[in-house]
Amino acid sequence: MKQYANVITAYAIMIGLIILVGIFQSWNIAFSIFNLCLISAVMTMGANIQWGYAGLINFGIMGYTALGGLAAVLVSVPPVREAWQVGGLSMLFCIFIIVLIVFSIRYVLKNFQKSKKKNIYIASIIVIGLIILRIVSGPAIHSIEAVEPAKTGFLGGLGLPIIFSWIVGAFFAGGLAYIIGKVALGLRADYLAIATLLISEIVIAVIKHEDWLARGVKNVIGLKRPVPYEVNLQSEQWFIDLVAKWNRGVLDLISTAEGKQAALSQLVIESSSVFVKICYSGLFLTVVVILLIITQKALYSPWGRMMRAIRDNEEAANAMGKNVVKQHLLIFILGSAIVGIAGAMMVTHDGLFTPGSYRPMRYTFLIWVMVIVGGSGNNFGAILGGFAVWFLWIEAAPIALFLINLFTSGLADTNAFKLHLIDSVPYFRFLMMGIGLLLIMRYRPKGILPEKINIK
Amino acid sequence: MDYLNAIILLLNYIFVPALAYGSQLALGAIFVTLIYGILRFANFATGDMMSFGTMVAILFTWYFQSLGISLGVLPTALLAIPLAVVFMILYMLTIDKFVFSYYRIKKSPPVQLAMVSIGVMFVTQAIVRIIIGPFDRRFFDGEKFIIKANQFKEMTGLNEGLTIKSTQVLTIFLTIIVVSILFWFLNKTKTGKSMRAYSDNEDLALLSGIDPKRVVMITWMIAGILATIGGVLYGLDKSFKPFTYFNNMLPIFAAAIVGGIGNPFGAFLGGYVIAFSEIFLTYAYKKFFMYVLPESMEPNSLIQLLSTDYKFAVSFSILVIVLLFRPSGIFKGKIL
Repeated sequence: MKQYANVITAYAIMIGLIILVGIFQSWNIAFSIFNLCLISAVMTMGANIQWGYAGLINFGIMGYTALGGLAAVLVSVPPVREAWQVGGLSMLFCIFIIVLIVFSIRYVLKNFQKSKKKNIYIASIIVIGLIILRIVSGPAIHSIEAVEPAKTGFLGGLGLPIIFSWIVGAFFAGGLAYIIGKVALGLRADYLAIATLLISEIVIAVIKHEDWLARGVKNVIGLKRPVPYEVNLQSEQWFIDLVAKWNRGVLDLISTAEGKQAALSQLVIESSSVFVKICYSGLFLTVVVILLIITQKALYSPWGRMMRAIRDNEEAANAMGKNVVKQHLLIFILGSAIVGIAGAMMVTHDGLFTPGSYRPMRYTFLIWVMVIVGGSGNNFGAILGGFAVWFLWIEAAPIALFLINLFTSGLADTNAFKLHLIDSVPYFRFLMMGIGLLLIMRYRPKGILPEKINIK
Repeated sequence: MDYLNAIILLLNYIFVPALAYGSQLALGAIFVTLIYGILRFANFATGDMMSFGTMVAILFTWYFQSLGISLGVLPTALLAIPLAVVFMILYMLTIDKFVFSYYRIKKSPPVQLAMVSIGVMFVTQAIVRIIIGPFDRRFFDGEKFIIKANQFKEMTGLNEGLTIKSTQVLTIFLTIIVVSILFWFLNKTKTGKSMRAYSDNEDLALLSGIDPKRVVMITWMIAGILATIGGVLYGLDKSFKPFTYFNNMLPIFAAAIVGGIGNPFGAFLGGYVIAFSEIFLTYAYKKFFMYVLPESMEPNSLIQLLSTDYKFAVSFSILVIVLLFRPSGIFKGKIL
């Protein structure tokens, strides 16, 4: 128990902070912070598996998150029949062509000697394949995007419950990770970082501009929810009763029946949105707990030991007969898949998919700050990092405003300098993140909760 | 005549813009590659350092404008560059003293330094946004065009016009000057040679009496000059927006790696490789073929290899291809 003391303290402080937000700001804000903390925690767990367990640096988190989000769209949106009729067949044919290209390249790679001829073959296969793809897909894409462009203009999805997308998102992200891993994992660490960062930008560019897939920058809104809608809740009798029971103390103070009714309906509206957020929290918490159990088990399993051995001394692990390349690829895929789950969860939570909002600052570098600050190699640390950094990211603006008012209290309210500072309050979060990261890296390089492996 | 028109068309829409854009990338790429070669880490704060330098230059430009000082036909920002460079170098040396030097002395792995540079990126980004705000700013003044399309048409009697902006000429001109001085410095002076020696083999360089502190300081100074000039030129040519500068880091990295990281000349050429391929692959060649081909063969589609939306993606794909087939870059940088 003693060894967990600092873990428990750290988590208690974190939960306490969120409860303070609930009391002083509102429970609505507190729960939305909590939900996004949980999603961030899933992302950091994915990144932590790659960085903390295996020492692989992956700056492509944004790409996997977006793919998870794409999965949410493709799974939950009902199919657009008209679009399928005008262009579905051609698009399926395109997939067939892509598969054909891949297999013919594999065939060439396997069966030809290394020579100039081989390179020419591969290049010509790719070029011819791309030209055929353009010819086949061009008119199809055009006609798909012409189907009610203001509302649909894309193929739509499968129309399944959105929860399934969490698994599909994992597979999408894992698939991408397989391709990237095959290409880039042999590179040196900081080189790998740049390569993954750039590849994730390519992924975003494709999602943004292929409108037939998920409407691109026109966004998909109004995704189905796995939890009840506020409007429906407000008319449910059991929910009104629940709210009345919960707020009995407040309601009893009001004497008139009319006043009571008005106060109650106000309370119902407020608590319906909190209730929805609590439902999300339940779902997300389940995912976090399941992932935590699995990753903890993996960390202490023989496989986890092998990963640490590979991380700490690749040559030695290789000499002991461990297949370093294969294990690196495996863990790269696993970590990315977890990030994919988080991406799907995020779109589920927001109810909309906006490819334009995927930016490396928010989805790659911030996640890395979380991992480093929390403690790489330690799952509890990674989750705590997700919580602490996201909390600070949201609450940075109020904190900065408070500090600015404190330090410039001697200045008049119309002072240009003070007004300028107050205008730029939103950017103090970057400053806090940066300074926080630098301080942690300098004085506590292993993070708030450092990696602790004690094997009996 | 038609062929001349076609050539002018390509010059106007591909060659001149790509040359200017490539020069801006090249300056940034040399900055990245110098830091990588001598300080041995990938500097993720590249884009934001450039935006810091540009911000200082803009502030000075505004100050000069308020004083009524101008350079006539040339942009006032040119006058601000030397001052901005001084501030930039001071900023970089401060950061190096308080942040990077600790890890360098401890001989931390490059990855850790790259992580630290992310912290620097956050801080720099915050400083720039707090001081000047996140908005799009244009600070160009003076004569905008050297040749306007209409003038050119009148002069030559061709159908196609050629527009040359003064910022484009300025960019190319300044880049050539800066880069030639840099290469002269690296290849001919004693300090430059000691820098190259330090980059090549640190231990041997230390043994032969090269002062590492001095090498590092000079590296940051050169980096400051390159970052400021590259940033200001980009801002003059397009506009200044912190987010765009942050994003520019990506093609700059691509240029540095394509050229062979650690190799300044490779980085210089890499900038042009990236710029030209971005514009070549996303240009719609319909009009070009209309001039070149006989009427019966005129194309009816745009003849665009990739839509312009994929401009950035092109440079990254080139990078991936280079990584696959020639991981040390086109011009043999450090073996990674």
